[in-house]
Amino acid sequence: MRKNLNVIAAYTIMMGLIILVGIFQSWNIALSIFNLCLISAVMTMGANIQWGYAGLINFGIMGYTALGGLAAVLISVDPVQEAWSAGGSNILLSLLLIIGMVLAVKYVLKKYEKSKVRTYIIATIIIAGIIIIRFVSEPGIEAIEEVDPAKTGFLGGFGLPIIFSWIVGALFAGGLAFVIGKVALGLRADYLAIATLLISEIVIAIIKHEDWLTRGVKNVIGLKRPAPYEVNLQQTDWFINLVEKFNSSKLNLITDLTERQAALNQFVVEGSSIFVKLCYSGLFLIVVIILLILTQKALYSPWGRMMRAIRDNEEAANAMGKNVVKQHLLIFVLGSAIVGIAGAMLVTQDGLFTPGSYRPMRYTFLIWVMVIVGGSGNNFGAILGGFVVWFLWIESAPIGLYLVNLTTAGLADTHFLKVHLIESVPYFRFLMMGIGLLLIMRYRPKGILPEKIEIK
Amino acid sequence: MDFINAIVLLLNYIFVPALAYGSQLALGAIFVTLIYGILRFANFATGDMMSFGTMVTILFTWYFQSLGASLGFLPTALIAIPFAIIFMVGYMLLIDKFVFKYYRVSKSPPVQLAMVSIGVMFVTQAVVRIIIGPSDRRFFDGEKFLIKAGEFKEMTGLNEGLAIKSTQVITIVVTLILVSALFWFLNKTKTGKSMRAYSDNEDLALLSGIDPKKIVMITWIIAGVLATIGGALYGLDKSFKPFTYFNNMLPIFAAAIVGGIGNPFGAFLGGYVIAFSEILLTYAYKKFFMYLLPESLEPNTLVQLLSTDYKFAVSFSILVIVLLYRPSGIFKGKIL
Repeated sequence: MRKNLNVIAAYTIMMGLIILVGIFQSWNIALSIFNLCLISAVMTMGANIQWGYAGLINFGIMGYTALGGLAAVLISVDPVQEAWSAGGSNILLSLLLIIGMVLAVKYVLKKYEKSKVRTYIIATIIIAGIIIIRFVSEPGIEAIEEVDPAKTGFLGGFGLPIIFSWIVGALFAGGLAFVIGKVALGLRADYLAIATLLISEIVIAIIKHEDWLTRGVKNVIGLKRPAPYEVNLQQTDWFINLVEKFNSSKLNLITDLTERQAALNQFVVEGSSIFVKLCYSGLFLIVVIILLILTQKALYSPWGRMMRAIRDNEEAANAMGKNVVKQHLLIFVLGSAIVGIAGAMLVTQDGLFTPGSYRPMRYTFLIWVMVIVGGSGNNFGAILGGFVVWFLWIESAPIGLYLVNLTTAGLADTHFLKVHLIESVPYFRFLMMGIGLLLIMRYRPKGILPEKIEIK
Repeated sequence: MDFINAIVLLLNYIFVPALAYGSQLALGAIFVTLIYGILRFANFATGDMMSFGTMVTILFTWYFQSLGASLGFLPTALIAIPFAIIFMVGYMLLIDKFVFKYYRVSKSPPVQLAMVSIGVMFVTQAVVRIIIGPSDRRFFDGEKFLIKAGEFKEMTGLNEGLAIKSTQVITIVVTLILVSALFWFLNKTKTGKSMRAYSDNEDLALLSGIDPKKIVMITWIIAGVLATIGGALYGLDKSFKPFTYFNNMLPIFAAAIVGGIGNPFGAFLGGYVIAFSEILLTYAYKKFFMYLLPESLEPNTLVQLLSTDYKFAVSFSILVIVLLYRPSGIFKGKIL
């Protein structure tokens, strides 16, 4: 117990801060911060597996998050029948052609020795394949995008409950990571960082501009929810009764019947959105706990020890007969799959998919700040990092406003400097993140909760 | 005649813009490659350092404009750039003293320095946005076009116009002067040679009495010059927006790696490789073929290899291919 004292203390302080937000701002804000903290925690766990366990640097987190989000769309949206009949066959045919192309390349790779001729053959196959695929898919894509473009204009999905997308998102992200890992894992650390960053940008470019699949920048809104809708809740009897019970002390103070009814309605409206957020919190908490148990088990298993050995001395591990390349690939896929889950969770919570909002600042670098600040190699640290950094990210605007008001208290409200500073309060969050990261890296390079290796 | 028309068309829409864009990328890529070769880390703050330099240039430009200074048909920003460079070099040296020096002295692994540069990126980005705001700003004044499309048509009697913006000419000229000066410095002067020696083999360079502090300082000074000029030229030619500058970091990295990281000449050419491939692959060649081919063969599609939305994706794909087949870059740089 004593060993974990700092962990418990850190988490208690964090929860305390969120509760303070609940008391001073509103429970709605506190819960939405909490939910996004949980999602961030899943992302940091994914990044932590790669960086903390194995020392692999992955700046492509944004790409996997977006793929998870895409999974949420493809799983939950109802299929658009008209679009399928308009261009579905072309799309399916192109899909088959792509598979055929990949198989042909594989066949050539296997059958012939490495030579110039082989390279040319492969290049010809790929170029010819791309041209044929464009000819086949173009009419299909145009037909699909013409089907009621204001509402659909894409193929839609499978119409399944959105929860399934959490698993599918993991599969998508893991699949992409497998391909990227095969290609890029041989690179040295900082090149791997640049390569993954650029590849994630390519992924976003595709998601943004292939309208037939994702609606692109037109966004997909109104995704199905795993939680009840506020409007429905506000009309259910048991929920109204529940709210009445919770607020009975306040309600009893009001004697006038109509006023009382109005107050109750107000409480029901507020309560419904809090209830929905609590549902999400519950679901996310389950995911976080399951992942935490699994990652902890993995960390202290022989496999975890092997990963650390590879991280700390690749050559020695190799000499001991560990397959470094294979293990790197495995951990790259696993970590990315976890990030994919988080991406799907994020879209599930928002109920909308906006490809334009995926930016490396928010989805790659911020997650890295979380991992480094929290403590790489330590799962509790990574989760804490997700909480602390997200909390600061949201609350830095009010804190910044407070600081600006404090420092410029002597100036008139219309003074240009004060007006300018108050306008730029949203950007103080970048400043806080940057300074926080630099300070942690300098004075506590292992993070708030450093990695602890104990042999059990 | 049709043939000349087709050539002018390509010049107007591909060659001139790509040359200007390539020059801007080249300056950034040399910046990345110098930092990588001498300080040995991938600088993720590249884009934001450039945007910082541009911001200072804009502030000075505004100041000079308010004083009523102008260069006639040239943009006022050209007077502002030297002042901005002084400011920017100071900023770079300050960052180095308070942030990077500690890790250099304690010989941290390059990855840690790259992480630190992310911290610098956040801070610089915040400073830029707090001072000048995130919105789009144009600070170009003076004569916009050197040759207008209409005038060109009148002059030559061709169907196709060739428009050359003065910013494009300024960009190319300034880049050529700056890059030749830099190569002269690196290849001919004693300091430049010692910088190359240091980049090639640190221990050997130290043994032969090269002062590492001086090398590092000069690197940051050159980096400051490159970042300010590269950023300001991009801003003059297009417009200044902090977010675009952050995004430009990606093709700049691609250019540096394609050219062989650690190799300034490779980075210079890499900038043009990236710029030309981005524009060549996303241009719609329909009109070009209409001039060249007989009417019966004219294409009825746009003859566009990739939609312009995939502009960035092109350069990144080139990078991935280069990394796969020639990990040291087209012009041999440091081996990965």
